[in-house]
Amino acid sequence: MSSSNAVDAVETPPVGEARGPAAGLVAENVSAWFGDHKVLHRVSLEMQANHVTSLIGPSGCGKSTFLRILNRMHELVPSASLAGSVHIDGIDIYRSDLLITDIRRRIGMVFQKPNPFPAMSVAENVVAGLKLAGYRLSRSDAQDTVEHCLERAGLWNEVKNRLGDPGAGLSGGQQQRLCIARALAVRPDVLLMDEPCSALDPTSTRRIEETIDELREQVTIVIVTHNMQQAARVSQYCAFFLAGEGEPGVVVEQGTTQKMFFHPEDQRTLDYVTGRFG
Amino acid sequence: MALHTLDLASAEEEERVRPANVRSRADQSYRIFARAGGGLTLGLMALIGLFLVIRSWSALRVAGFGFFTRSVWQPGQGAFGVWSALLGTFLIAIIALAIAVPVAVCSALYVTEYAPARIRRPLTSFIDVLAAIPSLIYGLWGRAFLQPRAILLSRWLGTHLGFIPFFHTQNAQSVASYPASTFIAGLVVALMVVPICTAVMREVFSQAPPGEKEGALALGGTKWGVIRSVVLPFGRGGIIGGSMLGLGRALGETIAVTLLISPNFDPHSLTHVLQTGGNSIASLIALRWSESTTFGISALMAAGLTLFVVTLIVNAIASIIVARSRSGVATEI
Amino acid sequence: MTTTIERGAAGGEPIDFDEERIEFSGEAPAERIRPRGFRPADVIDLVGAAAGSFCLTWLVYERLTPLSGGLGFGVAWYVTFLATVWLVARERLGALHARDRIVGVIVATVAIGMLIPLAVIVGYTIARGYHALRPQFFTQDQGHVGPLSKATEGGGSEAIVGSFEMVGIATLLSVPLGITTAVFLSEIRGRMARPVRMIVDAMSATPSIVAGLFVYAAFILALHQQQTGLAASLALAVMMLPTVTRTAEVVLRLVPGGLREASLALGGGEWATVRRIIFPTARAGLLTAVILGVARVVGETAPLLVTSLGNPYFNGNAFKGKQDALPLMIYRLVRLPQSAEIQRAWTGALVLLGLVLVLFIVARIIGGRGPGHIGRFKRVRLARKGLS
Repeated sequence: MSSSNAVDAVETPPVGEARGPAAGLVAENVSAWFGDHKVLHRVSLEMQANHVTSLIGPSGCGKSTFLRILNRMHELVPSASLAGSVHIDGIDIYRSDLLITDIRRRIGMVFQKPNPFPAMSVAENVVAGLKLAGYRLSRSDAQDTVEHCLERAGLWNEVKNRLGDPGAGLSGGQQQRLCIARALAVRPDVLLMDEPCSALDPTSTRRIEETIDELREQVTIVIVTHNMQQAARVSQYCAFFLAGEGEPGVVVEQGTTQKMFFHPEDQRTLDYVTGRFG
Repeated sequence: MALHTLDLASAEEEERVRPANVRSRADQSYRIFARAGGGLTLGLMALIGLFLVIRSWSALRVAGFGFFTRSVWQPGQGAFGVWSALLGTFLIAIIALAIAVPVAVCSALYVTEYAPARIRRPLTSFIDVLAAIPSLIYGLWGRAFLQPRAILLSRWLGTHLGFIPFFHTQNAQSVASYPASTFIAGLVVALMVVPICTAVMREVFSQAPPGEKEGALALGGTKWGVIRSVVLPFGRGGIIGGSMLGLGRALGETIAVTLLISPNFDPHSLTHVLQTGGNSIASLIALRWSESTTFGISALMAAGLTLFVVTLIVNAIASIIVARSRSGVATEI
Repeated sequence: MTTTIERGAAGGEPIDFDEERIEFSGEAPAERIRPRGFRPADVIDLVGAAAGSFCLTWLVYERLTPLSGGLGFGVAWYVTFLATVWLVARERLGALHARDRIVGVIVATVAIGMLIPLAVIVGYTIARGYHALRPQFFTQDQGHVGPLSKATEGGGSEAIVGSFEMVGIATLLSVPLGITTAVFLSEIRGRMARPVRMIVDAMSATPSIVAGLFVYAAFILALHQQQTGLAASLALAVMMLPTVTRTAEVVLRLVPGGLREASLALGGGEWATVRRIIFPTARAGLLTAVILGVARVVGETAPLLVTSLGNPYFNGNAFKGKQDALPLMIYRLVRLPQSAEIQRAWTGALVLLGLVLVLFIVARIIGGRGPGHIGRFKRVRLARKGLS
């Protein structure tokens, strides 16, 4: 295996002191294919560290595909291929000598449909990522991690007496916050969120949006959302994806949320954020 | 909305890659291990065919092509052929399926469509239990309980419908002409096969798309209308799959048949299914095994190989038919 | 309770829902309608048809009698019953519903009619078998029992032990291989997956006696072994393998894909995902697959006939000498002329049936628990790890 700094660069201390500032992601000229069908064309985006970047646009424009390229989940599809580069802290995540599992530990993901592990209790779910990576936790470390992560996910008070109950027995909103806590336990630099609230009721949505705001002090967040108001509420930066009929998706415009929503440069952006289509 | 933003003929060519998946040591070992498992299973099967062929060879070489057309079984004298055993096997299986398939379809329909919701689960469990009962017990029960009663039915059929060549029986009036017949064996095998077929069909019928069923009801259809227009067409693959599964089981059934029939090698009288006498390859092997010489064993192996090939063909046909149907995905044959 | 919703970026008044509350209590309870499919008129129709056709058949049957006996009567009654139901329904409800009604009656009667003889099998076995069911059935063997002994002397201990050993060895051989193959088919899905799956399907169609022949050819002849309990175990393993593989594969596929994705996204490797996520989630189903595989082979006779001829004396060593098994003992004894031997065979059949039923019930109980069941032992373990 290659130089040790590659290993160190993706090493993450499992528990311990609060980490320092997170890293940001830089995508350059990323294109994606499924088989021969191109779905993304030359997307370049810089996702600032410790800020929330939202990816908005109508459905089918490749936002989720782009997100999955950021943590190397895109290639799980046998016919998938891509071009371009993605860097975290200056390291190319597609470098051929890096362990894919280490990448994914640094760049975590929360999915649209909450997926807690049904065979595990709430507490086990939280530390599942660490167990999967092979870490052994002492009893106090485990308790600390569970409490710490559930608090940051805004779930601690609701489940602190139910830590031994099955993870899948919680309500939808609680399950999603459990998934967030689980993703946080491995201490990623970046947290990718693929429409995390679309399956939830408004109250849960609001709770999660509050959580996102609190989390950004420690984690860089990239969130795909269909809900423009949500993007306006939670993010500081924004990228607008669009795809014509039969064409791959592109980023039409990107910038601060203020600019995108109140004085966008492109007519199509203006049309979208004012609800003329989408 | 026209969106010709793309300058697809961009200056630089894009370098399209499939990223290399660097796996940890543990993952690599796991993949190798799992592949080895699959390979071992594959190899095992190939070995079955291979060894059967090897061991059958000496007998097949002597008998030649006549092995498949002759009806006698005297390996000691060099005269043996599997034809009557094969014919008998098929007759039993056909009788069994003729009874079992309609009954299975009705039972599966009853459980999924007609039964009150409360008894549906117990009923399903009961059917699964029946499918698990060993065939030996079916055979015992068939011989002790069913046969004395079934020969009355045979006699009725023989005396009143004896003009049909299938049902023709010598000495039709006497009850003694009827026990240990192909018909009774087929009856018992049918009972054995019904739960298996029912279980498969029930599984398939229960997955008939509720949206389509509701659509049929909304048009004013009766329950039978819904079944006829939605459930049965959807379930066609499952019906065939279940039947084929039953057929395979019926062809290979050994013990129940062995306990019930007295072997008869005359192909002509074999087709008189009501009267005493029947045959099947599996029971031939079972009955002759312990008293056979090495050559006799080789002949029996050849018979077993024949049965094996026939079963494989039936299964292959079934798989093809099932795979092409809508409900095929749900069938686990 | 007041609910307010903020209007977000565009500002605006919070909405107060208090004024529009609906009063749910204090009204008189409404009369609830419970539509039923089966109305009293239908019941009367059926009962009346049954009774009427019975009388009609009774009257006419006695006259037209080249037909004889209960069977013919029953058939005639059934046919008349169906005809009566059809006619009555057509009168009252019209042709369309008459067709529906008759189909319903046929389906129900056939289904229930099928279940009755099958239930009779279980009852009959119990009735015949329990006479000689004494504790010594499980402790003594057939060795000192002669043709003139009573049915309650001696027992089937050699058969029971033999069955346990054979099935046990077969399980040890086939389950690891079967589950590994299932993991290969559902998780790794390489290029070899299609041939392997075809092979597994073909194997599951193998007649049981052919499995015995194979083991005889490959193991006994080619490797110059004797007919032993081990050979029988191999034949049983060949029969178990496809069942376990296929059921296990189905169970593994049922694990939702979202769980795999979540595990990979957390940075879990493939083996870690299988070991820590997929297996625990599918655990109930995998256990069921194993138990059902065992239930299937415990009653198999044919492969044993070929590989291990049975032995009335106790032989606990599966690797040497012929070994007996329950199905072999039953098969051997039931064909003997002495009624005592036949009685022993039926008792053995009862034990076998009981064994299969117990296995089945256990499989049901285990399989019925979803993956989210966290039992007492697990809670204790969790507490020790600080996770509860």
